Amino acid sequence: MKADVPGGGGGSGLGEAAMVPVRLLMGAIDAPLRWVQRRLGIGGMATFFLMPNMLIFGIFVLLPFFINFAYSMTGGTALFLPDRSFVGAEQYQRLFDCANYTDPNSCAEDTFWTAVGNTTWFVLLQVSLMILFSLVTALILNRDLLARSFWRAVFFFPVLLSPVVVGLIWKWILQRQGLLNFGLYSLGLEPHTWLNDRNWSFAATVGVSIWAHMGFYTLILLAGLQAIPKDLYEAAEMDGTRPARAFWRITLPLLMPNLLVVVVLVLIRAVQIFDEVYVLTGGGPGTSTLYLTQYIYETGFATQLRNPGLAAAASILMGVVLVILTLVQLGLGRKGENKGGRK
Amino acid sequence: MSRVAEFIFRRRGRNGWHWTDIVTWAWLIGGLFIMFGPAVWLVGSSFKSPAALAEFPPTIMPYVTQKATIEGYDKPLDLYEVTMPDGSKKVLAEVRRIGIVAQMVAPDKPTEIVKVKIAERTPVRTMSFATSNYSEPFTHFDFVRYLWNSVFVTVTATLITLIVNSMAAFALSKYEFRGRTFAMLLILATLMVPLSVIMVPLYSIVSALGLFNNLWGVILPTVATPTGVFILRQYMLTIPDELIDAARMDKASEWQIYWRIILPLTAPALAVLAIFSVVWRWNDFLWPLIVLSRKELYTLQVGLSIYSGELNVQWHFILAMTVVTMIPVVLVFIFLQRFITTGIAGTGLK
Repeated sequence: MKADVPGGGGGSGLGEAAMVPVRLLMGAIDAPLRWVQRRLGIGGMATFFLMPNMLIFGIFVLLPFFINFAYSMTGGTALFLPDRSFVGAEQYQRLFDCANYTDPNSCAEDTFWTAVGNTTWFVLLQVSLMILFSLVTALILNRDLLARSFWRAVFFFPVLLSPVVVGLIWKWILQRQGLLNFGLYSLGLEPHTWLNDRNWSFAATVGVSIWAHMGFYTLILLAGLQAIPKDLYEAAEMDGTRPARAFWRITLPLLMPNLLVVVVLVLIRAVQIFDEVYVLTGGGPGTSTLYLTQYIYETGFATQLRNPGLAAAASILMGVVLVILTLVQLGLGRKGENKGGRK
Repeated sequence: MSRVAEFIFRRRGRNGWHWTDIVTWAWLIGGLFIMFGPAVWLVGSSFKSPAALAEFPPTIMPYVTQKATIEGYDKPLDLYEVTMPDGSKKVLAEVRRIGIVAQMVAPDKPTEIVKVKIAERTPVRTMSFATSNYSEPFTHFDFVRYLWNSVFVTVTATLITLIVNSMAAFALSKYEFRGRTFAMLLILATLMVPLSVIMVPLYSIVSALGLFNNLWGVILPTVATPTGVFILRQYMLTIPDELIDAARMDKASEWQIYWRIILPLTAPALAVLAIFSVVWRWNDFLWPLIVLSRKELYTLQVGLSIYSGELNVQWHFILAMTVVTMIPVVLVFIFLQRFITTGIAGTGLK
C-alpha cells in the first residue's frame, strides 16, 4: 500500500483547485517536520500532535479554572491577579451571610440569593416539563408514522436557532401588540403585557427555553426508543398485555439509561441558563428572572462597581453543582453501557 | 386512492380512531404550528413598515394604507373608501381628523373639503413588502461589519477547531505514550468546566494576552473543544492500524500519515464536527458579549441584542436583521439536518 491516498476524496474541479495551495503548504511543512520526527522519534510525534490542543486548552480552560480559586479569595476592582489584595474567605462569607436563606432580603448579597432562588425554581419547573414534553414527543415520533423524519425535523428546528434569535422571536410575540395578545383579542379575551408581569415573565423564560431545546432531547430519547427490540412488544401483544402495561413494563425500564442521561443533561444546561433569558427579559421585571449566570456576569463585568472576586466565588459554587451533576451523568452513562442497552 | 388514505391515516384502532391516534395527530399538528409558527411570524413581520408593525390587531401579510400626493398638500395623504350619503362609494384622501369627523378631499377636486364620519370609511389597503427594512441596515448601520465579524469568527474558529482537534485525536487514538489516559481524562474533565464557571479569570487571561476587544479573543478560547476531540477520536479508533504501519514501511513521515491517510479517512466525522462548530460559533453570545465592547467589533448576535435592548427599539430593523442572522442556520437545517441528528443520536453530545 502506498502512502499517496488522494486527499479530500476527489471532489469537483473547483474543490481540487482550492486544495492546491493547501497541498503545497502541507508539503512544505513536511520537510521540517521530518527533521522534528528524527529528533523526537515516532513516539515524540504524539506529543507534537497533542501539543496545540493542549496548549490552547491549558491557557484558556485549565489555567482559568485554577486561578478562579485564587480570584475568589481576593478583593477590590482590579482586573489582574497580582494587583488584587488577598482577603481569604471574605467573598464566600459575604455570599453566605444570610439570616434566612429562603428570604433574600435578609442576606448581605441579596441579589445572589434571589438568583439562587429563581434558578432553583426555574430548574425544577423547566427540567420536569422538558422531560415530559420531549418524552411524549419521542413516544409519538416512535410510532409508525408517515414522513417520520419530517416530523422529527419539525421538533428539531428551534434547536439550531441562536439563543439571541430565540429571545427576539419570543420578545416580538409576547410584546403588548404581539401575536399572543392578538390571539387572545380575537377570542374576546383581555390582552396582557406578559413580560412586564413577574410571574408571566418567569413562565415565559421556562416556556421559551423548553421550546428552544426540546427537540435535542427528543432526539436522544427517540434513539433510545428505537433501540428497544420490537419483538418484545410482539411477545407482549401475543400474551394479551395492554399497551399501558407494556409502556410501564417494557418501554420505561429499557429507556431508563437514556432518560437518566437526558435528565442530567437538561439539569446541567438549566442551571447555566443565560442567553435566551438575557435577550427576552434581561432578568426583569425587577429581578424576577435573574438567574445565576446573569448574576455572575453582572457582578463580574456589567455593573459600575464590579467585583470579580465575588463573581468568581459565586461561579465556583455553581461549578461545584455542575461537577456533581456531570459526575452523576458519567456514572449513569457507564452504567447504561454496561447494561448493553446501547449500541 | 383509498390505499393512500389508509397509509396516511394509519391508525392503531382497526375500526375507527383509537384515542392515541387522535393525540398523535393533535400533537404533531400542534407541534408544527408551535415550532414553525413563531419563525414564520418573524419573517412575515420583518417585511412590514413601522406603521404596519404598530397596528393592532396585526395582519398576517404586510399591508399598508395607500397614499396619494394631492395638489396643495406637502405630504402624501392616506386614502379611504368612503360610503357617501347616497350609498355610492368613493375614494377620498384624509386632510385631518377631528374627533369622529374627518376632513377629506377628492383627489380630482383638491380644493373642495368633504366632512365624513370616520365610521363611514375604511382605509384603502394594499400589500407592500418593506424591503427597506433589509436594505437600510446594510447601508446605514454597522450591520455589514457585524455580518463580516460573525463570518470571520465562525470560519476561522471552525478551521482551527478541525485542525487542532483532529491532530489531538490522532495522537490519542493511534499512539501509545505515557500520559495518554491522563490527557484523555483531562480533556473529558473540561466538559465539567463550562464558560459560565470560568468567565472571570478567562477574561483576565484574554486581556493579559492583549486579546480584549479583538476577534481572536473570541475565537481562541472556543477552539479546543472536548466534544470535537471525543467525536474524532472515536472515529479514528475504527481506522485499522495496518494502514499506518504500511505507510511507515513506505517511509511516510508521521505528518504525511496524519495529513494523507488519517484526515481523508476521517472525513465523515470531520464533516459532522464542522457543521456543529459552524452552528456553535455562529450562535455564541455570552463570551463575545464579554470580550467585545467596541461597536465595530460586535458579532451579529451581540449587535442584535444591544440594538434590541435600546429604549427606542426599531423593531422593523431588528426583525429584518434577526431573519438575516437566522439564514445560515436555516440553510444548515434544510441541507445538513440529517448529519446533525445522527451525530446527536450517536454521541449524545451537543
